[in-house]
Amino acid sequence: MTPVLDRKLVFVTGKGGTGKTTVASALALLASSRGKKVLICEMDAKGELAGYYESPPTAFKEKEVQPGLFAMAMDTEAALREYLRMQLHIPIVGRIGPVAKAFDFLATAAPGVREILTVGKLCFEVRDGPWDLVVVDAPATGHIVGQLAAPQAVNGLVKVGMIRNQTDWMLEMLSDPATTGLLAVCTPEEMPVTETIELADRVREETTVQLAAVVVNRVLPELFGRQEEAVFDALTASGPLAALDGLVDGDAGPVLEAARLAVTMRRTRSTHLERLRKGIDPDVPLLYLPYLFTRSHGLRTTRQVAGSLAEELGF
Amino acid sequence: MAPRNPRTAKRAEADVAAPTMESLLATKEIVVACGPGGVGKTTTAAASALMAAVNHGSKVLVLTVDPAKRLANALGLDGIGNTEHRVPDAAFKAAGVKPRGELWAAMLDTKESWDSLIAQHAPDAQTRDEILANPLYQNIAGRFIQSHDYIAMERLYEIHSTGEYDLIVVDTPPTRNALDFLDAPERLADFFSSRLLRWLIVPYRSKLINVATKPFYQISDRVLGTEFMGDISEFFILFQTMYDGFVERSKAVGRLLSDRRTTFVVVSTLEATPLREAEFFAEQLTERKLHLGAIVLNKVLPDYLRGRAGTKVAEAMKDRSEDIAAALAPSLGPTSGALGDPAQIARVLTEVADSYLNFQIVALREMEERSSLAVAPEVLATVPFFDTDIYDLSGLLRLGEQIWA
Repeated sequence: MTPVLDRKLVFVTGKGGTGKTTVASALALLASSRGKKVLICEMDAKGELAGYYESPPTAFKEKEVQPGLFAMAMDTEAALREYLRMQLHIPIVGRIGPVAKAFDFLATAAPGVREILTVGKLCFEVRDGPWDLVVVDAPATGHIVGQLAAPQAVNGLVKVGMIRNQTDWMLEMLSDPATTGLLAVCTPEEMPVTETIELADRVREETTVQLAAVVVNRVLPELFGRQEEAVFDALTASGPLAALDGLVDGDAGPVLEAARLAVTMRRTRSTHLERLRKGIDPDVPLLYLPYLFTRSHGLRTTRQVAGSLAEELGF
Repeated sequence: MAPRNPRTAKRAEADVAAPTMESLLATKEIVVACGPGGVGKTTTAAASALMAAVNHGSKVLVLTVDPAKRLANALGLDGIGNTEHRVPDAAFKAAGVKPRGELWAAMLDTKESWDSLIAQHAPDAQTRDEILANPLYQNIAGRFIQSHDYIAMERLYEIHSTGEYDLIVVDTPPTRNALDFLDAPERLADFFSSRLLRWLIVPYRSKLINVATKPFYQISDRVLGTEFMGDISEFFILFQTMYDGFVERSKAVGRLLSDRRTTFVVVSTLEATPLREAEFFAEQLTERKLHLGAIVLNKVLPDYLRGRAGTKVAEAMKDRSEDIAAALAPSLGPTSGALGDPAQIARVLTEVADSYLNFQIVALREMEERSSLAVAPEVLATVPFFDTDIYDLSGLLRLGEQIWA
């Protein structure tokens, strides 16, 4: 299977709250630090991405946020404008207002039209842009399949016309596993794991895009080796605990309790990890990222995550 | 009126002054659980409904959107689609409770809900069948993202208007934007009364194309192809027969959401990103004059992680690990064995202390987030972190008891 960073178009998805944007921004940063010219695109324009690079807000026109790394935010109307300008050679910007509005309406009504414009813009950047890699901070698991399946859906509905031509070459690009891949982010918890397994099935059945890897985020460190745990258990017995209280001049109970909690959390999470491994095609690599006890975003965190990703990818 | 016992009056006043989830669930008819993804929205909705059914003796429905499989099993929803289903007594028995009321559950099936909506609004059977068979309709109902938002609220309205339940707790679908489902009814109404929609229908009726609409047709024909444009028009011509019904209905749905009997419960964790999203959502609710009943903070780390004394103990454990280990070793086992090995004990002490200090950072950050919360709901409930996932009624009860009073 083609390694993630050897592809040209990588969609990053995941259940809300699993760190999808963190992983997407770190992946793009890692690629650019390895000398690639990278574009990262935020699909749901919530404007969160800028925070991961400590950069000014993203816009449709890409901006360099780190050396060799450019960021943009998707905007359906701007994508339509660009599309009409390039494809139909409509030069008058003023006149596009009502037409764009009409199209926006049509895009809302006709399934897939919006996706053809937005995913189409990404494909266009891959084909004609200066990029070695385009990373997409894609919609959450609930919506990504609809987006990736849109070219097929539209292909089925539209028999002729320019959209049809567009979907043909888009499909070709999305279906090529050497070019395009999907990265699913999850955490080792029940719902995220279940959704990721379901996502993998749906992606296989309903789209032509290949699942390139699953990133397991927020993996807790293994606190004890096997014998160490026996020592820990012995420490929590009443006699040694009382002695420990005296030695540290305070109540050691909460500190040991916290370790117990950490061990339990780790254990519950391991069972979900096993379930994930069994539920995903064995050819799909799992990449593990450690739980970060520090701040939850910002450039520093993005760098840390990029470092962990580099290790997992064998760099 | 006889003078009331001052003590009773005082107590009653205190009850009124401090609303709880219990009072909220007792007084409202509709509770909408909303918030960012991955924070336990579904479990919070289910736990609230369960608590109301167990304690209030009312007939409660929880309408979930996409529950985890095991939770669906626990609610007896496995393999059941759109229809409401009573949670069996056996499930309560297994959890060791005897409910005073009834708990019902239903899952939202978008496609099925759209179909029944069409059936209801179509003027005749032929139009209904034509719409249901239209490929464009099938795409919209099944895949069209925003249709989930609308249909969840529509279904809520439908069930509420049957008057079957004392309380309906709704879990909202994961949306691109937490506000989408609030706007959905209005947007749908706009959509159907739009001038643009009439543009789409005109040429197939009278072939009247004027100066304003001409560029639109020229471009759409070139981009989408005449045939697809024809399909679209045909679909909307069929749909037009139902406009009035739809517009009226979506306005009614909007009214229900802003009704006094409806309240919103925003669910979040204390992590920065989801909390900002939840805060924004709560502000929007207030701005729209919707009732923000409660904020439920899930998965909060235990209090003992924040003690200053704990920090001192952990630091001492780390700094003097070797001395402490040497002193403790004899009480744990012979020094030749694993348990009494001072080096190993010192390692464990250091790891334990490090782990405490790590989690303390997270716990402190959580508290800071909580105290800087920019919105003031009637009720602020905190649910501690549970070591295990919640997938049965006893788990839901455990969670429910935390938010109850």
